[in-house]
Amino acid sequence: MTRKKKAAKKKVVKKKAATKKKSADQNLSESLLELIRTTSTVLPDDIQRVILKALKKEEKKSSAEYALQIIKANIELAKKKSQPICQDTGTILFFVSHPVGFDQGKFTKTCHKAVLAATKIGYLRQNSVDSLTGKNDSMNIGPGHPSIHFHEHKKKSIEIRLMLKGGGCENVGAQYAMPYTGLNAGRDLDGVRKVILDAIVKAQGKGCGPGVLGICIGGDRGSGFIESKEQLLRPLDDKNPEPSLKKLERDITETANKLGIGPMGFGGTTTLLGCKIGVLNRLPASYFVSISYMCWAYRRQGVLLKSNSTVSKWLY
Amino acid sequence: MKKIDYPFKREQIRELKVGDMVLLSGTLLTGRDAVHKRLHEGVKPPVSLENQIIYHCGPVVIEDAKNKKYEVKAAGPTTSIREEPYQWEVMRDYGILGVIGKGGMGAKTLKGCQEYGCVYFHAIGGAAQVLAERIKSVKNVYWRDLGSPEAIWELEVEDFPVVVTMDSHGGSLHDEVQSSSEAKLKELL
Repeated sequence: MTRKKKAAKKKVVKKKAATKKKSADQNLSESLLELIRTTSTVLPDDIQRVILKALKKEEKKSSAEYALQIIKANIELAKKKSQPICQDTGTILFFVSHPVGFDQGKFTKTCHKAVLAATKIGYLRQNSVDSLTGKNDSMNIGPGHPSIHFHEHKKKSIEIRLMLKGGGCENVGAQYAMPYTGLNAGRDLDGVRKVILDAIVKAQGKGCGPGVLGICIGGDRGSGFIESKEQLLRPLDDKNPEPSLKKLERDITETANKLGIGPMGFGGTTTLLGCKIGVLNRLPASYFVSISYMCWAYRRQGVLLKSNSTVSKWLY
Repeated sequence: MKKIDYPFKREQIRELKVGDMVLLSGTLLTGRDAVHKRLHEGVKPPVSLENQIIYHCGPVVIEDAKNKKYEVKAAGPTTSIREEPYQWEVMRDYGILGVIGKGGMGAKTLKGCQEYGCVYFHAIGGAAQVLAERIKSVKNVYWRDLGSPEAIWELEVEDFPVVVTMDSHGGSLHDEVQSSSEAKLKELL
């Protein structure tokens, strides 16, 4: 082979590689947009199942049953029209599990582009406001927005989970520093139980119930709230591997449903659809219980990506 | 299920009781934070609020302003409690018949409902698609300078589903559920 030919061949190879690379980027961008669309417009099966169950349990012709019937119809309509389940498309929370050597900066850039595209189409509301000036530049991008959390794992795969968490339910979240004297709640699981139930009563229907609680025992004020949100990524029907927490999760859900707050706070039998509890280590001086409330419009989805960044599997 | 059609009348509103499920048909005017603040500052409303119902809602509207064509894409209620400082005043000064929102309101508004013959209608939070579908047309928009979600949208609705959770007789479902659930909690702790 002459030198000229060799050079030409090299060029072709280089060009091919570039094309392949570009298409993987494009694939990621398309996969992210589809992830956002699906999350905003289609309620995951695990959540739909418990809402339908709750609907059967409410007293016939009560306003609680009526609320759940409208919720059911809304879930179906949003999917059919491919439009947001709720107009508050919430805080955009990405949780990315990736292998060693993954380029987080590049991912973040592609992610921003996908969020912008989804906002233009209307899968996301123009929802990001400058806290000092009050300006909304309609892009959904700014300090802390979207909120991306990276985790390195030993697997070769990339898993991306997305949660769209509305303002109504975020506003009823709570954090207790134990011991909490008002309720005589100490630094043990009985004390934890007391403050969780207190938070449910304080929330009433304001978080667009019936919802799900994500809880973290321990950590610091920041890590506790992040862990409480990550708990909401667990499938609703999974079992906590820690027996004492498994028991507490069930107890909280059952007890909450005896409070009579009901859907939308109208009164009724379903106040809570589920409860997920995780634990972080703490300092000897601190014992936080961090509680995140997720509304019935539980917009959470995830994808497992192939090596070319197309979707290999939906996670919920 | 009760049906109330436009023009809404004070007598009909006074007949309503906590727990009534109602389908509203006719005109609704949206108004949320910025509208209430402006009214509180004494600015005259751009459209008469007499015998009207205010909807706490920041809809997603696709606008073709040139041809005055609007399409409502999503229109669920927003949290009402933020209007608690102003709502009773709007009832007193402008003759509204009620408001639609979510999450309920407090003592000042409840007193306003009693004194001026108004109700609080609760729409289903998060049900943005079902509620948008009941909006048949956008008749007008006022105070557009406040931004699209904060403007006053004059909406024509048909069978818009709501539940009365605060009435003109001093009844509040929110107060009832709050105190009964607090009592129950004490038992369960």
